[in-house]
Amino acid sequence: MNKLRIILSGIIRNNPTFVLVLGMCPTLGTTTSAENGMGMGLATTAVLIMSNLVISLIKNLIPDKVRIPAFIVVIASFVTIIQMLMQAFVPALYAALGVFIPLIVVNCIILGRAEAFASKNSPLDSILDGVGIGLGFTLSLTVIGAVREILGSGAIFGVSLGIADYTPLIFVLAPGAFLVLGYLMVLFNKLAKK
Amino acid sequence: MKSTLVNMTAVLFGITLVASAGVGVVNMITEEPIALAKEAATKEALTQVLPEFDATAIEELTIDELPITVYTATKGDAVTGYAVQTMTKQGFNGVVRLMVGFTPEGEVVNVNVLEQAETPGLGTKMADEGNPLLGSIQGQKLEEKKLVDGKLAVTKDGGDVDALTAATISSRAYVDAVNRAWMAYKSVATGVTPADVATGATAAAQTNEPEAQKGGTNE
Amino acid sequence: MEISYFAIILGAIFVNNVVLAQFLGICPFLGVSSKVETSLGMGAAVTFVMALTALVAWPIQTYILEPLHIEYMQTIVFILVIAALVQMVEIILKKVSPSLYQALGIFLPLITTNCAVLGVAILMIQKEFTLLQSVVYSVSTALGFAVALVLFAGIRERLDFEDVPAALKGVPIALVTAGILAMAFMGFSGLV
Repeated sequence: MNKLRIILSGIIRNNPTFVLVLGMCPTLGTTTSAENGMGMGLATTAVLIMSNLVISLIKNLIPDKVRIPAFIVVIASFVTIIQMLMQAFVPALYAALGVFIPLIVVNCIILGRAEAFASKNSPLDSILDGVGIGLGFTLSLTVIGAVREILGSGAIFGVSLGIADYTPLIFVLAPGAFLVLGYLMVLFNKLAKK
Repeated sequence: MKSTLVNMTAVLFGITLVASAGVGVVNMITEEPIALAKEAATKEALTQVLPEFDATAIEELTIDELPITVYTATKGDAVTGYAVQTMTKQGFNGVVRLMVGFTPEGEVVNVNVLEQAETPGLGTKMADEGNPLLGSIQGQKLEEKKLVDGKLAVTKDGGDVDALTAATISSRAYVDAVNRAWMAYKSVATGVTPADVATGATAAAQTNEPEAQKGGTNE
Repeated sequence: MEISYFAIILGAIFVNNVVLAQFLGICPFLGVSSKVETSLGMGAAVTFVMALTALVAWPIQTYILEPLHIEYMQTIVFILVIAALVQMVEIILKKVSPSLYQALGIFLPLITTNCAVLGVAILMIQKEFTLLQSVVYSVSTALGFAVALVLFAGIRERLDFEDVPAALKGVPIALVTAGILAMAFMGFSGLV
């Protein structure tokens, strides 16, 4: 399989957010700003690449019946490691993302890729798949975060655009998350079909 | 691979063992940076809420079963101020932690929000510079404010602390934490026990503060 | 400071609704909510597992992880506890009450990856609740999940007969509907 195509497929054709509609909780919960969305995306990407690699390496050692529990243990370990690293080196982002960092464990994307890709492919391809899907996820979250930040707080990546007095706060709050994601999905579907 | 009871147990056990070992190692590596990051955050907060100082003495208190830490700042032999790390569990999303700085005379120097999980754009404004909550108490002696039962209160509850727009609950939590900091400050700085605070002050400075800010009562 | 149980219950069901305000358990919310009946089944299964999780995870955190100073193992231990609990509930239900198993069976495997279960377990520790508070909090959060799911299913059942623009069909219209529902739930804020 073409290596580049593995990566690209994760960003567009198999985009985890807009096409596969997986990992919705962090997608909605952490995209209050472009920065938070991007941070969440990158943390998830790191876990995804590592778990894809390890699972692909040990796939022949795992008996079928305990496959899922074994995957979950691997994923949970990497999530914990990422969690501690973030707490140590980016405490502000760690505080902003809160409970959604340990919840990367139950992000369906990661278990889904372990099951659908890493357990059937070579370590290198699995890493590339992790990079592609991870980038697709990060991009989607950054875009959603940016749209919500612009519409809701009149800023982008924390830089004020000077329109904060005219922006409806609702986009930063819970309903805005659903609405923005819904309409972005419509836009993505329209563009992707062409 | 075919599953037998033996290899299932062995593999699961092995993976868990390796995983725990790995996590344990990373924990050892990150333990120090995490502690350092927390310490740096505390120090940063202290310098923001206190006048100049070169040493702090720490005193741990418990008020309403919540842990409060009072840092007495000194420069040379003179006390330059008190910083109180206070908290409340009544935020919109649970715990809110503040660092409140007092001068030796009891004026509020500054308030630093250490930890909060309030709604972005509403309750999170408590951490912004020049927000109405901070504006209502900064540079003032709390006993000269309009008190309700000896405690600070938002305008909606009869006090004169301006609440954040559409974030009454977050504002009340903030005031609750400041009240606790005030009690801790009093008990450390003047030796008055926390229980006396409620009855100690009766000053009701009459003010013409505007009514509770309009804009709904969300949060 | 005493937090009243009433405040915990109202807060978890309405004000901080797990799905509509905290964004936990979105996958089953979007996936299993096309019929009111299945929503009720899912809600019941989640309530059951969440209550058990609180009962098991809280003592583990308080009597094992904290004394040993290995709180960092929390995520790994909790997810294993949940996975094991779900398996056990499935096996026991099958033996004891085949009819209940028939009703809830298909939802149980989905619960392991329902982030609301793990999320609530982590949050109840973070909020420093007692055991009883944790159980009350878990059950009311699960009820909030069920309320959101059933309401949403009711709306979606009607939506099936409406003429939705092609580009909005499926997930997008569900998300927009959820957004409006979330707006309605914002009306509860300030209640406690």
